[in-house]
Amino acid sequence: MASLSRADVEHVAHLARLGLTEEELSRLEAQLNHILDQYAILTTLDTEHIPPTAQTIELENILREDVVAESLGVEDALANAPERSGSHFVVPAILGGEGGA
Amino acid sequence: MASHDVTRLKAHEMAALLRSGETSSRGLTEAHLAAAERQNRALHAWLVIDRTGALEQADKADRRLAEARKAGRQALDALHPLCGVPVGLKDLVSVKGGQATAGSKILEGYVAPFDSTVTARLREAGAVILGKTNMDEFAMGSSCEHSAFGPTANPWDLSRVPGGSSGGSAAAVAAFHTPLAIGTDTGGSIRQPASLCGIVGMKPTYGRVSRYGIVAFASSLDQIGPFGRDTRDAALLLHAVAGHDRRDATSAPVEVPADLLHLPEGDDEAAAYLKGRRIALPREYFVAGMEPGVAARVREAVAAMEQAGAHVEEVSLPHTDYGLAAYYIIAPAEASSNLARYDGVKYGYNDRSSGDYIADYLKTRGAGFGPEAKRRIMLGTYALSAGYYDAYYLKAQKVRTLIKGDFDSVWAAGFDAICAPVSPTVAFKLGAKVDDPVAMYLSDTCTLPLNMAGLPGLSIPAGLSDGLPVGLQMIGSPWSELSMLRLARAYEGITARAPWRDLDPAELSLTDDPSTPSPMDRKRAIAAAGAPGRQA
Repeated sequence: MASLSRADVEHVAHLARLGLTEEELSRLEAQLNHILDQYAILTTLDTEHIPPTAQTIELENILREDVVAESLGVEDALANAPERSGSHFVVPAILGGEGGA
Repeated sequence: MASHDVTRLKAHEMAALLRSGETSSRGLTEAHLAAAERQNRALHAWLVIDRTGALEQADKADRRLAEARKAGRQALDALHPLCGVPVGLKDLVSVKGGQATAGSKILEGYVAPFDSTVTARLREAGAVILGKTNMDEFAMGSSCEHSAFGPTANPWDLSRVPGGSSGGSAAAVAAFHTPLAIGTDTGGSIRQPASLCGIVGMKPTYGRVSRYGIVAFASSLDQIGPFGRDTRDAALLLHAVAGHDRRDATSAPVEVPADLLHLPEGDDEAAAYLKGRRIALPREYFVAGMEPGVAARVREAVAAMEQAGAHVEEVSLPHTDYGLAAYYIIAPAEASSNLARYDGVKYGYNDRSSGDYIADYLKTRGAGFGPEAKRRIMLGTYALSAGYYDAYYLKAQKVRTLIKGDFDSVWAAGFDAICAPVSPTVAFKLGAKVDDPVAMYLSDTCTLPLNMAGLPGLSIPAGLSDGLPVGLQMIGSPWSELSMLRLARAYEGITARAPWRDLDPAELSLTDDPSTPSPMDRKRAIAAAGAPGRQA
């Protein structure tokens, strides 16, 4: 299987929105490659005709009546927000800036 | 009883005394709070000890018990056995108005706006929530050392880990701070610490207990379960929290057996359950690197059950060796998705100093998550990223099918249970594996296949190796928790007079000394002295 270069590690960290220090990036490069080496065992197993399993108890189509019921109140939902405006979360601006949206 | 220390009682014994009025929930709660407060410096099992809240709940339970006593037998019988009995919760269970850090700095200061379903059911039963226990960050780890708030010590040897991720819950139960505690198990996080601390811990069937209000790690693997000092207690706690919940679509509409409340009391009666049971012993679970003492205790336990009338046969679960790799793709993949929610907007730690939203995310998440959470997010993000999905995630899900198939063939062959080791080693030294992720991941080799297959399993004490507890794992088919607990109760029955039963954790008495070093102090001292070997 593939191995990760330093540039790959930086790319994945950006995809994951993790700001990492140089030291963390170096350590992760070594550790992730060591872990990926352990995955190699999977290539020895022929799974071409095996269906994937995403969940184990085979529940499907959980339905309920479409009725209004009590849920978490606005005040409770916003209580932990670092910043709010009325009954809304304040989110960082993502439009405008470089390249628009 | 030789001792008048009520913290030594089992929960079912407390229940009897509460009903007769011989003791009060306030009395029980005071005694447990005092033990937890006195020993928390040395053990660090608790992140929060909620004295005020616990005593309020205890008084409420005492009023319920008094009214029921007045109303008569029927009213008393209608109360859940846990009414008035203390319980600890892993700090990822939401309790309205309290913290739920999941062992992470990114959730420090977060106040849960609602009760989890587990919390609500415990309140309904009348259990007394003493506080919140320490854990590996986001339940990722096997030693409790990945907690952002410092490690927990094992009461059997204070220089060793209690296991993880539910290490605080296990240590608190082993140290008599509480008869019962709730944990979660994604790859072994209940069974492995139960094994390392010498208590009973059960991971129920996936879907048995609602996950509503529990901080998510890997949603197709996470399951909530009980810790207790015997099987009867674990069964009581499972009964209280299990059952379908419309707020968790993955909780199953399967009836909770009332007989969980009635496991046999007598040892001989319990042991009789073994007659004619078919037990499978999977050869792949006696892995390379397993300590001889662990393998020996497990084989002795199985031999004792055979002598008591069970039929034991060796079986093969041929895909076991692929489990670890497949698990460490699926669990991080799901974790990277679940942990995307920590964006510093809705709750939790945030850094908005740069004014640019991407830069703010990077800083918030970079500073908020600890090393293991970052490792798993990175692994998961990589495994799900363009070009690698088929090679990693899809492949792992196919291997999951094969692992589940291995178990299915054992049930199809008519076996009642599989018996196996829990952890390849006894409790290891603080710091021994924390910088070597692969060594730490190997702790889960014998436990994670159940999570992959959704099966119930438990760990029950089976003696000591080098003076440290060894757990025996019992694995059952889906929804067979009652049968597994009866089997484990039977094993308790045949080992009731074993010299290692009901021993006090060897170093528990040291924790009463206020000058005892904290687990963090010990960890630093071990590191400074030059780390001993990994297996030390």
